[in-house]
Amino acid sequence: MSLLDSTFWEVFLASLSPEIWKDLWGPVGETLYMTAISSVIMLVFGIVIGILLDITNPNGLIPLKVSYTLSGWMINCLRSLPQMIMIILMIPVARLIFGKSYGTNACIIAIAASCIPMYARIVESSLLEIDKGKIEAAQAMGSKNISIVFKVLLPETLPSLIRGFTVSVITVLSMTALAGMFGAGGIGDIAVRYGYQRFQHDRLFACVYILIILVQLIQGIGNLVSKRILKTRNLV
Amino acid sequence: MSAYLKIKDLHKSFYPHGQQLKVLDGIDLEVEKGEIFGIIGFSGAGKSTLARCINRLEKADSGTIELGDTDILSLSKDQLLKQRHKMGMIFQNFNLFDSMTVYQNIAYPLEISGVPRKEIKQRVLETAELVGLTEKLKAHPGALSGGQKQRVGIARAIVTKPDFIISDEATSALDPQTTIQILDLLKEINEKYGITILMITHELDAIRYTCGRMAVLEGGKITESGLVRDIFENPHSKTGELFAKVFMLFQSPEFTKGEGI
Ligand SMILES: Nc1ncnc2c1ncn2[C@@H]1O[C@H](COP(=O)(O)OP(=O)(O)OP(=O)(O)O)[C@@H](O)[C@H]1O
Ligand SMILES: [Mg+2]
Repeated sequence: MSLLDSTFWEVFLASLSPEIWKDLWGPVGETLYMTAISSVIMLVFGIVIGILLDITNPNGLIPLKVSYTLSGWMINCLRSLPQMIMIILMIPVARLIFGKSYGTNACIIAIAASCIPMYARIVESSLLEIDKGKIEAAQAMGSKNISIVFKVLLPETLPSLIRGFTVSVITVLSMTALAGMFGAGGIGDIAVRYGYQRFQHDRLFACVYILIILVQLIQGIGNLVSKRILKTRNLV
Repeated sequence: MSAYLKIKDLHKSFYPHGQQLKVLDGIDLEVEKGEIFGIIGFSGAGKSTLARCINRLEKADSGTIELGDTDILSLSKDQLLKQRHKMGMIFQNFNLFDSMTVYQNIAYPLEISGVPRKEIKQRVLETAELVGLTEKLKAHPGALSGGQKQRVGIARAIVTKPDFIISDEATSALDPQTTIQILDLLKEINEKYGITILMITHELDAIRYTCGRMAVLEGGKITESGLVRDIFENPHSKTGELFAKVFMLFQSPEFTKGEGI
């Protein structure tokens, strides 16, 4: 059903009908799969790079000016690429790894490549928020740098890290929709193929509902978890 | 008796905005084993910088610091970590770890120095008992009052059985009653374990209550040092005079009547 020949109300009602939704569960699964895998990859690399940025910072535990400046510059370069260009750029890389340049797995590479630098920056800024006095106390007690990172820095900033991760997962989700245009499948693919190319606006509407629900869900879980932690620590 | 902490001709400058700021300009200081030695000075006098040079959180430019038989400034990185296990530090704003319970906070210095689990437990419980925190071991610092937080800070500093503790404004964030309790606790651990304490503060009363000897830090130098009583009665430095004057003022009846200076 299209807005070209039906009223908004008719399209809205149609968008709730079971026929439309029964074809959507598969794509929802693909979207969730892409979001989950990309988020895990982003989490692992983002945390590692974020920690490296934080400790090599001029005021960090192991100041390394050259490495800090260089990696900062590289991250800025990667972050200045719009997501769509990153997807196009990653096509040959995906072909190298998976033997084909389209499909869900191929797009995961592009999504990760685009979101890791972003999350690394978010991790860095979360880690920089720590009260310097805590690091000093740990040093005064004779902590090795490795214990400072894993026993003090990460646990102390955990609520902020979780909030940053939540925001980033939502970015990943929105990027999966974009990747749909490049053969990644998922909700984005439905929205483009039916909503854009065939004017089936009822399907497009349904895709919008799903995205809204997913974002609310992700944000809700993130808020809940970080609040819970703050509460056990008696900080709220 | 030879001194336990010996600081000779210690210099430290900072270079904010490229300009030299001489914070420590030839510090000479001797602290005897087992005493509580006070250092007083105005805000910005360089008290914290001096403290941080002693455990090398800050790198001194020149001079020597000896603690017992150890030449602090020539320790290698590994030796420095070991040395730090043997000296505690207490901070004005506590610097406890919010992610850990009180128990975990007190256990942390033992954990990082590789003490076996069973011994950790025993020592944490002992120390908690000493500082009066047995009831609070499962709580997080966020749930404690300022005084209780500083008790955790002290427990954390003494749980490794150090010979020496630096207290940098340990009571400056606390109310008068709590201050007295914390100072009593410091005196107690000093008497019980013979721990030498370097007590840095800008609170006169804290020094009078706790220390036998003291030094005045002013303009990057120790301008006078000796028995607390002598310095209060017969100050020779500007800071000393001012502190003594303030002290007299607080005691005078005019001040109480609110007539001021
Ligand atoms: N890392 C730093 N970089 C530049 N200047 C510094 C640094 N640390 C301290 N200073 C300066 O050194 C001086 C002494 O600071 P310090 O913290 O030792 O004073 P303090 O006597 O402990 O004062 P307070 O009673 O307020 O704690 C101050 O002027 C301060 O601005
Ligand atoms: Mg200070």
